[in-house]
Amino acid sequence: MSVILVFLLVIAGFAGWWLSHQRLMTKPWLEQGLASDFVGFDRSALPTAKIGLGVFLAVVGCLFALFTSAYFMRMAVSDWQPLPLPGLLWLNTGVLVLSSVALQCAVVAARKRQIDMVRLGLATAGLTALAFLIGQLIAWRQLTEDGYLLSSNPANSFFYLITGMHGLHILGGLVGLGRTTAGAWNGARPERLRLSVELCAMYWHFLLFVWLAIFALLAGWAATFIDICRQLLT
Amino acid sequence: MVDITPADGIPPAEVAEVELYHPHSWWTKYVFSQDAKVIAIQYSATATGIGLVALVLSWLMRLQLGFPGTFDFITPEAYYQFITMHGMIMVIYLLTALFLGGFGNYLIPLMVGARDMVFPYVNMLSYWIYLLAVLVLVSSFFAPGGPTGAGWTLYPPQAIMSGTPGGQDWGIILMLSSLILFIIGFTMGGLNYVVTVLQGRTRGMTMMRLPLTVWGIFTATVMALLAFPALFVASVMMLLDRVLGTSFFMPAISEMGEQLPHNGGSPILFQHLFWFFGHPEVYIVALPAFGIVSDLISTHARKNIFGYRMMVWAIVGIGALSFVVWAHHMYVSGMHPYFGFFFATTTLIIAIPTAIKVYNWVLTLWRGDIHLTIPMLFALAFIVTFVNGGLTGLFLGNVVVDVPLSDTMFVVAHFHMVMGVAPILVVFGAIYHWYPKATGRMLNETLGRFHFWVTFLGAYLIFFPMHYLGLMGVPRRYAELTDMTIMTESAHHLNSFISIMAFIVGFAQMVFLFNLIWSIRHGREAGGNPWRATTLEWQTPQTPPAHGNFGKDLPIVYRWAYDYSVPGAKEDFIPQNMPGSFGPSREPA
Repeated sequence: MSVILVFLLVIAGFAGWWLSHQRLMTKPWLEQGLASDFVGFDRSALPTAKIGLGVFLAVVGCLFALFTSAYFMRMAVSDWQPLPLPGLLWLNTGVLVLSSVALQCAVVAARKRQIDMVRLGLATAGLTALAFLIGQLIAWRQLTEDGYLLSSNPANSFFYLITGMHGLHILGGLVGLGRTTAGAWNGARPERLRLSVELCAMYWHFLLFVWLAIFALLAGWAATFIDICRQLLT
Repeated sequence: MVDITPADGIPPAEVAEVELYHPHSWWTKYVFSQDAKVIAIQYSATATGIGLVALVLSWLMRLQLGFPGTFDFITPEAYYQFITMHGMIMVIYLLTALFLGGFGNYLIPLMVGARDMVFPYVNMLSYWIYLLAVLVLVSSFFAPGGPTGAGWTLYPPQAIMSGTPGGQDWGIILMLSSLILFIIGFTMGGLNYVVTVLQGRTRGMTMMRLPLTVWGIFTATVMALLAFPALFVASVMMLLDRVLGTSFFMPAISEMGEQLPHNGGSPILFQHLFWFFGHPEVYIVALPAFGIVSDLISTHARKNIFGYRMMVWAIVGIGALSFVVWAHHMYVSGMHPYFGFFFATTTLIIAIPTAIKVYNWVLTLWRGDIHLTIPMLFALAFIVTFVNGGLTGLFLGNVVVDVPLSDTMFVVAHFHMVMGVAPILVVFGAIYHWYPKATGRMLNETLGRFHFWVTFLGAYLIFFPMHYLGLMGVPRRYAELTDMTIMTESAHHLNSFISIMAFIVGFAQMVFLFNLIWSIRHGREAGGNPWRATTLEWQTPQTPPAHGNFGKDLPIVYRWAYDYSVPGAKEDFIPQNMPGSFGPSREPA
């Protein structure tokens, strides 16, 4: 359970930083009136939707941290046999990186109000994300054809479970991306479009990060890394 | 401290007006509504409905325990199903949904001075997914093999084996699916509660001016957002074990001489995941109760809350600590003794912020102008019950005391006191307190007092004797104890007595439900602020509050939520949105 505890520590750090800006030491019973010097403490200048997405990503991060925790705990049992990762996953990773880059380009274009570039970026991101999902399905097919079935070994079960969960999150993101893309073609207000594109990019970068982390986990590098850390500590 | 309001006119509000969704038809106004107040009532009604099912299940259990062998239709399998569904419904589908979905939705926007939640559409989806989760849960009663009988903790391997009711039938599948749906729905709602507190606060409403109710619900929601994923992960993995034959939790095991396909899975892993959710869950239910009870006590004792800052810190501290105590539910799982020592220590440390809160409630009452209204009665009953249940928590938090008491009725008595009866008392108090705001009418006083005394005294008569049964060694989760030597004749009498009390207390809840329905039409007119309270929800132009909550302009907040009996003020309460500065006590020392 150490992975999830480390994750929660990070969250607690954020929460602590935010709380430290909320003047927890004030004596509210002594302060009356509309404090003009309180205004800075009222709310964040960030758009509400971004904060909402940030909170949601914390929940998603928590979910994957828990899967990782479970992975390490189950790995310690002797019947664990790691499965060879298909080389296709490298290609998929590249495609997902491309998707993130395309969305980042769309963000830059949206800030400059270049609507054509926004459309191009959104469409590229959507298509590459779809390609990533198809690539993942092909990787699943390859593994099952080679006899690495879901239930034959816990390493396989975790592989399908975690990649599947990640794929579902991409799929959900595609719904949001689809709406944004439709908006870009149907003439949404520029500020609104910019916010939607930024939200999509934020979500995409996060899922890319999650993918890199779980790729490292499934390939076994994460376990090696933790072993090295443990040896350094002891 | 000086009044820092500019004397002439107030600068224009810096809170941008939100674009409110306006319903166009009866359907979007009352059914697929995006108004948090309507969603709150939908949540509460659904939670109450499913809670009644759980109440009936508890009666059935008590029939069996109090009068064993008398009722043929309560087979051991059925008994296990009653236990499981009662526990799961009460903890998740009733208490969590009611406190966060019900009170959270109703009170957060009103108390922070917002027109609605920040993402109303997602908020609406949250309710409908919750309803779907409840329907899936209910459908398991009609599925072949009936609902699961695995106990509310659903421990593998027994939860998905054929010896457990519903284990190889539909029961466990529907249970896990329902939980997964609930968590998805809750996450949608939870995002709203958190972000509305962060971003929806009206002008002048700093975090340190929030009523403690909002602090409690806010912190509990943050915790729930981080804890429910653990249950989600556990449910998904168990579902795969059951449906697709994986071995996440299932060890190599044979059943009726037949080797099952599973191999090497770790049941302890499930326990870790489950309790990583399960322990914060206790505080997810308790923190909103703490917050609400602080407001009830302050309002009905006409006195400011003692130690507001300390109360806020304690809420946050309890929230953080509750994530590092989960393994105290697993002392008997064969863990390393040092591990147990660590978790016993963290468990006992939680007693400190909790005790601070109890002292502050008592000190708020000290020399207050206590009005023994029904909400106040429930709040006082909560303090007593919570202290009682908390003290037995100290017993069970210690490894050496827990081991012999584990799986006895003592544990049942403990958690019913601390997270069953205590939060439910707050729910009742809160309903008596805010019902006038939600409907415009007071609940009937006579019926209310009857309901209070029967519930409070009755709950003690039910759960207090259970401690003794537990100390005698009477185990929990047993459908029939007739032939055991520990079951002396007096223990049998005690069990029958508990059962009779359970029926009486359950009956009192029917009176309460009748009161809820009857008073909508026949209750006394309440007016806008019957309790003369300070917080913003009582200052709305209409009662019940209209769509958009606050009329043309959002309120502006000039003071904290607890200005009661301020010397020099005209009345004994000053609403949060009243400008001006009062009281000699305001001078800095």
